[in-house]
Amino acid sequence: MSSRPRLDHRAKSHLSYLIYMAHRISGLLLACFLPIHFFLLSQSLFGADELDHYLKLTDFWAVKVGEWGLVTLLTIHLVGGVRLLMIEFGTWRGLRKGWIQAAIVLSIISGLLFLALAD
Amino acid sequence: MSETNLKVKVWRGAEQGEFVEYLVPRNSNQTVLDVVTYIQRKLDPTLSYRFACRVGMCGSCAMTVNGVARWTCRTHVAKIVEGDALEIAPLNNLPVIKDLATDMREFFNKWKGAVGFFKGEQTRHDDFAIVKPDSEERQLANAGIECIGCAVCYASCDVVASRSDYLGPAALNRAWTLTNDVRDTQQLDRLRAVAGDAGCHTCHTHGSCTERCPKQLEPTAGISGLKKLVARAAVRGTKWGKL
Amino acid sequence: MSLAISNTALLQARLWYAQRISAMVLGLCVAIHLFIMFYAIRGGLTAGEILGRTQGNWLFAIFYEVFVLACLVHAPIGLANILRENFPRSPVVGVLPWILAALILVLGTTAVIGVFTGGVGR
Repeated sequence: MSSRPRLDHRAKSHLSYLIYMAHRISGLLLACFLPIHFFLLSQSLFGADELDHYLKLTDFWAVKVGEWGLVTLLTIHLVGGVRLLMIEFGTWRGLRKGWIQAAIVLSIISGLLFLALAD
Repeated sequence: MSETNLKVKVWRGAEQGEFVEYLVPRNSNQTVLDVVTYIQRKLDPTLSYRFACRVGMCGSCAMTVNGVARWTCRTHVAKIVEGDALEIAPLNNLPVIKDLATDMREFFNKWKGAVGFFKGEQTRHDDFAIVKPDSEERQLANAGIECIGCAVCYASCDVVASRSDYLGPAALNRAWTLTNDVRDTQQLDRLRAVAGDAGCHTCHTHGSCTERCPKQLEPTAGISGLKKLVARAAVRGTKWGKL
Repeated sequence: MSLAISNTALLQARLWYAQRISAMVLGLCVAIHLFIMFYAIRGGLTAGEILGRTQGNWLFAIFYEVFVLACLVHAPIGLANILRENFPRSPVVGVLPWILAALILVLGTTAVIGVFTGGVGR
């Protein structure tokens, strides 16, 4: 005897749901990151040297990986968010699957650009 | 004619129960409803399930097949079978009466709760209401009007699953079509009804309703329309009065 | 039949609207920020380079303060939605979004003032 089945991953394995999840998770992680980002930059209040001291901390490879992740997440959240604005405020043209593909592609490009340009 | 059997797991019981496996001869052009019917007629007469037209018009036969809500009369086994296995369960998000039959009352109560019904002020003694079919409102209404209340969208919605008071895609879709019915006289009540704490803004645009609707309706569109209407009404008021 | 609308319902509708409007602002700000960032990180990033661009620059200051204010509206509402759905009766739903809002406003504005002035000393 067990409980009746509930909505599981099979019901949610479609593109629109997946981009919703990616948008939600990226938003949450970015929200956690923002205070740290602002704190670091606010050290500029104490002059260039103080800011440099904190910037040097970001040279550590693990931080660079984190930064790559953040750029990727930011792009997912941006493009996924614009998709939502199109759905909610634009002319109705379906679930905007093109924008989902754009979110994936642009976030990969963003990540690659970061890796290429960062020191 | 294939000699193989399908291994079909069917939910037996109510809120508590178990999946029971039946062996059903596999045919070409076999629908999931054919499979359920075979089980009930030849293997186990105690199986409870709903169907009516069996030709994709009434929506009565909706069930969860391999985890996804579908009309069983319009779902070919060949399209969704996993190897030789099928899993058939009652629609999600609705209380189970017995086996594959669910209690649809909350679904229709929410329909009413969203003021998903028409009320006008003309009588038979008045002239016909003139509504141009190519007017913007009529086109918006027509886009969602074909709903037959099968509850596939409701059963697919993750927000319905997590918030029991959420009105759901079908009720909100119907409310949207009526919001665009220029003859209706309850627009303010309707807006207030869908603006509730568990109203249209609770929708997170997962899009499962639009993905799964067997009539290719798009509740996400109607709900987006309601979100805009309600938000503007909350900030600026409506042409029908203050929210 | 005449229904009355609750205050929470009105509040939810207004919060949704505020979050979408701030999202439109952020759409622009984030896109511009990404371009600036890709331009700035080439060949490494030092405080001198950053401050060289931002110090005394009103355009940057206003742009980034608008950015901070848009985040201030957008992020806490998003957080509140997630908390309300996953921890329905918990007190954190009322508290954490306000904490995030305070952090964004204070730290964000401090950061903008910091890079604009280039340091006011210890």
